[in-house]
Amino acid sequence: MSTNPTAVSAVHSKPNLLLGMLEWFGEFGIFVWQVLCAAIKPPFEFKEFVRQLDEVGSRSLPLVMLAGAATGTVLALETRQSLVQFGAKSLLPTTIVYSVITEMGPIITALVVSGRVGAGIGAELAAMKVTEQIDAIATSAVDPRRLLASTRIAACIIAMPLLTLAASFSGVFMGWVASTLMEPITLVRFINQGFQGAGFKDFLPSTFKTCVFGLIIGCVASFQGMRARGGAQGVGSSATTSVVLSSLFVILADVVLVKIILLIWS
Amino acid sequence: MRQIERLVMHAMENEAQFKEVSGENSAPAIIVSNLVKSFGPQRVLDGISFEVRRGETLAILGRSGTGKSVTLRILVGLEPPDEGNASVLGVDMNGASAREIDDARKQMGFLFQHAALYDSLTVAENVAFPLVHHRRDLNAQQRTDRVHELLAEVGLEGHGKKMPSDISGGMQKRVGLARALALDPVVLLLDEPTAGLDPISSAEIDQLVMKLQKEYNLASIVVTHDMVSARTIATRIALMDEGKIVIEGSYEELQQSKERIVMEFLQRDLEQV
Repeated sequence: MSTNPTAVSAVHSKPNLLLGMLEWFGEFGIFVWQVLCAAIKPPFEFKEFVRQLDEVGSRSLPLVMLAGAATGTVLALETRQSLVQFGAKSLLPTTIVYSVITEMGPIITALVVSGRVGAGIGAELAAMKVTEQIDAIATSAVDPRRLLASTRIAACIIAMPLLTLAASFSGVFMGWVASTLMEPITLVRFINQGFQGAGFKDFLPSTFKTCVFGLIIGCVASFQGMRARGGAQGVGSSATTSVVLSSLFVILADVVLVKIILLIWS
Repeated sequence: MRQIERLVMHAMENEAQFKEVSGENSAPAIIVSNLVKSFGPQRVLDGISFEVRRGETLAILGRSGTGKSVTLRILVGLEPPDEGNASVLGVDMNGASAREIDDARKQMGFLFQHAALYDSLTVAENVAFPLVHHRRDLNAQQRTDRVHELLAEVGLEGHGKKMPSDISGGMQKRVGLARALALDPVVLLLDEPTAGLDPISSAEIDQLVMKLQKEYNLASIVVTHDMVSARTIATRIALMDEGKIVIEGSYEELQQSKERIVMEFLQRDLEQV
């Protein structure tokens, strides 16, 4: 009796995939715990933290604002058509402001940062790993998790809400620009109308949930970078998986966080 | 005033440490006993043992893949052994606490095979890295002076502002050596210091290692497959094959050996000469 080798390998690959996933989550959990323990012990790496804050925050600002602006513009153009059909054109400012500050701004910012910063951290740390620079740091009696990972993760956590503010601002502003080009409305009136349907209870939790996104992006990218193996291929693979996994986890976390926010704030 | 006290204390600690390990009857600075390490089914180290005292240089020779570099990585605490012990300055590099291992690492200098310089930092910043993190008692000027001193020691005055990518492989090894010496180590571990270098640069690195060895009275291990280099800088040579030390002794003792691997290495040495 002959056995189909493809079927056999498929049966074997499922437990291997599951084991691989469990192994990944186990190692990731240990890594995050070790980084946390290393981060709270002095001496603190303020210089490196400030450098990373500049790298994650200031250098991502133009891209994040551009993405926010594009989102606001498209939202205004698309939503207006639907609202006009239902005779609810006056709700356009509210719809734009509410959508941008509660969901579009935070998630667009997170995905842009995940792509730009996640890939950057993953590739940089992976290159350091394969060229033994991380080992050199360890042999100098400096904890690489404190120097490299905790500073990057902290920078992501701090920078994310600030970048989200910038993205939301440019989204709302460009939403007004797009609206006023179709039917003139003053900025003050647009803002007043917009914030009638959205207050601080909508703004605060959705902006600060991005700290969790920053934590996810920083942890995943640092972990993928610091476990890289091989040469150029390993570096490329780390950068790619950093972006893919951090984007995936950000989206999943968003679903959970929105549910929690609705439960608490409603 | 406090800074002067700290400097005096540091000097006294170094002096005490020196007296402790430099005497003839002192304990070995490095003790390796029955070290075993496997990667998957491949047994890389198969029960190797040796000791190195201060003032000695042990050259570990062997073909590629015989576990020479793994031995150094275990000694510095980057790899855990499967069995056996690796102790440096009385600290078990596998069983001790992270703090104890870090304290031992501060007294060790490690030169990586490809120097492993931090590519985002300048040459001077690379050398200053251990000082920035562990000699917080030094002010910026004292640190700069120490970096200049170390760069002069390895013959790289005036190259401090260059990036690692702008200097040659031999110069990168020198920078790595200067970085390894930054904290005045007691133990120096060199992984293939002459690999990939031309014969003249190799000879220069050998001379530099000998000079530093004499000056700092170090306990050194040099991993290499270059018999000429080993013969020049080592007080003892250990030849490894298939995870075991085949022979350990002076170059003259190696010449008396009838082991095939030893004879092959010596033959190659003679051809090079």
